[in-house]
Amino acid sequence: MNRRILAWVDVLALVIAVVSLAVIPGKAQTRSASARANNIPKPYAPPRTPDGQPDLQGFWTNSTYTPLERPRNVTKEFYTPAEAAEAEKKAAARESELTTPGTVADVHYDFSQFGLDKSQATLARNLRTSLIVNPENGRLPPLSAEGQKRAAERAEIAKRVGRWDSAESNQLDDRCLIMAGAGPPMLNAAYNANYQIVQAPGYVMILTEMIHDVRVIPLDGRPAPHRNVRQWMGVSRGRWDGNTLVVETTNFNGKNPLEGSSENMRVTERFTRVASDTIQYTFTVEDPSTWTRAWTAEMPMRTTQGPLFEHACHEGNYGLYNTLVGARLEEKKAAEAAKSK
Amino acid sequence: MVTSLVTSGLLLAVTTVAGQAPAYRAPRTPDGKPNFNGIWQAMNTANWDVEPHAAGPSLVRELGAIAAVPGGLGIVEGGEIPYRPEALAKKKENQANRLKLDPEIKCYLPGVPRAMYMPSPFQIIQGQKHIMIVHEFAGAVRTIYMENHTEAPADSWMGWSNGHWEGESLVIDTKGFNDLSWFDRAGNFHSDELHVVERIRARSPETLSYEATIEDPKVFTRPWKISMPLYRRVEPNAQLMEFRCVEFVEDLIYGHLRKQPSK
Repeated sequence: MNRRILAWVDVLALVIAVVSLAVIPGKAQTRSASARANNIPKPYAPPRTPDGQPDLQGFWTNSTYTPLERPRNVTKEFYTPAEAAEAEKKAAARESELTTPGTVADVHYDFSQFGLDKSQATLARNLRTSLIVNPENGRLPPLSAEGQKRAAERAEIAKRVGRWDSAESNQLDDRCLIMAGAGPPMLNAAYNANYQIVQAPGYVMILTEMIHDVRVIPLDGRPAPHRNVRQWMGVSRGRWDGNTLVVETTNFNGKNPLEGSSENMRVTERFTRVASDTIQYTFTVEDPSTWTRAWTAEMPMRTTQGPLFEHACHEGNYGLYNTLVGARLEEKKAAEAAKSK
Repeated sequence: MVTSLVTSGLLLAVTTVAGQAPAYRAPRTPDGKPNFNGIWQAMNTANWDVEPHAAGPSLVRELGAIAAVPGGLGIVEGGEIPYRPEALAKKKENQANRLKLDPEIKCYLPGVPRAMYMPSPFQIIQGQKHIMIVHEFAGAVRTIYMENHTEAPADSWMGWSNGHWEGESLVIDTKGFNDLSWFDRAGNFHSDELHVVERIRARSPETLSYEATIEDPKVFTRPWKISMPLYRRVEPNAQLMEFRCVEFVEDLIYGHLRKQPSK
C-alpha cells in the first residue's frame, strides 16, 4: 500500500469519526426524548462479578422514614421533595420524643446516641408516601376470611397472656429471635438497617446486621425442599432475570415477623442495581391465609459505609431478663399489698 | 459439575519435590484464587474436647447414650494445651461445671476456632473483597476482610478477621475476641487476648486442610496448634438449615422467671 492510499484511509477515518460525533448526540437526544415520553429511566449497566453476575456486592441500607402503609390523610403516591423533607422532619421529631427523660424508651435507649436516631445515619430517601405500591391506595389488602380468623385467635391469646408473663410471650425482637429487617421481605429496621451482600459463583449471600441473620441464596434452579421443612425465614431460591436478581421464598413456619403472615406465604423479591449507589428492591407477598390478594412494596437500598458489626443480641439480652424480673417483683408487691388489706 | 471438578483437580495435581506426595492445587475462582466455595463440615469429636479423650457418660442422666461423649484422638498438636497453672485450674473448674457454663448450651455465638468444628456445616462464600464464613449453628457469621485490613473496632464473639492469600492457602488473622467463648464442651477457654491465625488449603476436590495457631499469653505458656481436615457436604442440593436455637433455650435461661399461675 503506498503513502497516498494510506493518507486516503486516514482522511476517510477522520470523516467517519466526525460524522459519528455529529450523529450520535442527535440519536441520543431522540432516544432520551422517547424514553422520557414513556417514563423509562435511563438504563444503567451494573458492574459484573468475575463470574459474570450483575454485581450487588457491598454495604447497603434500607433505612427510611417512609411507612409501609400510606398515612390515612395522604391521598397521593408521591410527595414533592419539599413535602418529603417535611414528612421526614416530623418523623424524626417523633423519634426524638422517645428521649423524653423517664420514658421506657429513654431508660432502654438513648436516641441521641449515634445511629439510633435514623436521621443521623445514611437514609435511603424516597419520595413515595408509602412503601406499598400495590394495592394502589398504598395500604395492605383486607384480611381474607382465614386471615380474620387467625387475627381473632391472636387477639384472644393476647387477652389471656400478658407480654411480660414469660420470655415466650414477649415480642420477637425483644427475645432476639428475629427482626423485621431479616425478612423476607426485608423491611426497614428502626436502626442499623444495614446489609452486606457478597456473591460467589452460584450464590448470593445477604447478611442483615440486626441479629446477624444471613440468607444464602442458591442460584442453580434447585427446587424448594419438602413441605415439612419450615423455617422462620423460609427457604429462598434465586435466579437472574437480566440484571435483576429474583428470589422466591416459601416453606415459612408462620412465625416470620411480617404483619401476621402465615406459613403459606410466598415472597417474590426483585433486586435491581439501578445506579452505582442504589439497588431498587421490590417484593410481592402472596398469602391467601392472611390477605385477600397479593400486595407489592418497593424501596431503594443505598450504599452505606461498612462494616457491619456483630450484633450478639441474645448473648447480651439483659433487657428481657430485667423486664421479666421486674414483672415478677411487681406481681409480688401487688400480692403483698392485697394480703395486707 | 462434580465430575469436572474432580477431573480438573486431578489434572492440576502437581508434584512439588520429586519423591514427595503430590501437593494438590485447588480449582480456581473466575478471578484466579483457590476456590473454597462450598459447604464444609468437620468430622471429629473436637467440639466435645479438642484434646485426646476417651468416651464418657452423658451429663444428663435421661439422655443416656444419646449425649454420651464419643472418644477422640484430639486435634491439638502434641496432645495437650500448654495452660499456665492458674489457667489449667480454671479449665478444670469449667469442665466440672460445664452443664451450667458451656456457652454452646445457651446458644451463644461459638467463637473461633470452635465454630469450625461444631457438629454442623458451614458455608464459604468467596467474594473478592470479603470472604464470608456462614455457620449453621446459631447463624454465626464471619466476614474475612481481604483488603482494607484494620484493627478490630470492638471486641466480639467471632472476632475481627483479616485475610490474605499465600499461594494455595487462605490465611486468616483474627483478633478482637471477648473472653466469653470456649474451645469445646470440655471447658477449654481463652481470654480477650486470644489471637488465632488459620490456614486453609484444599487437599482434594472434596476436602480442605485446616490448621490454626492459637496464642493467648494470659492463658497459655506458648502458642499451640490445631489441625484437621474439613469435608465437603456433597449431597445434592446441600444447604445450611436454619438453627435459630435462641428459641430452644428460652425456658432454660428464663424459665424461672415465668409468671406462676395465681392460686
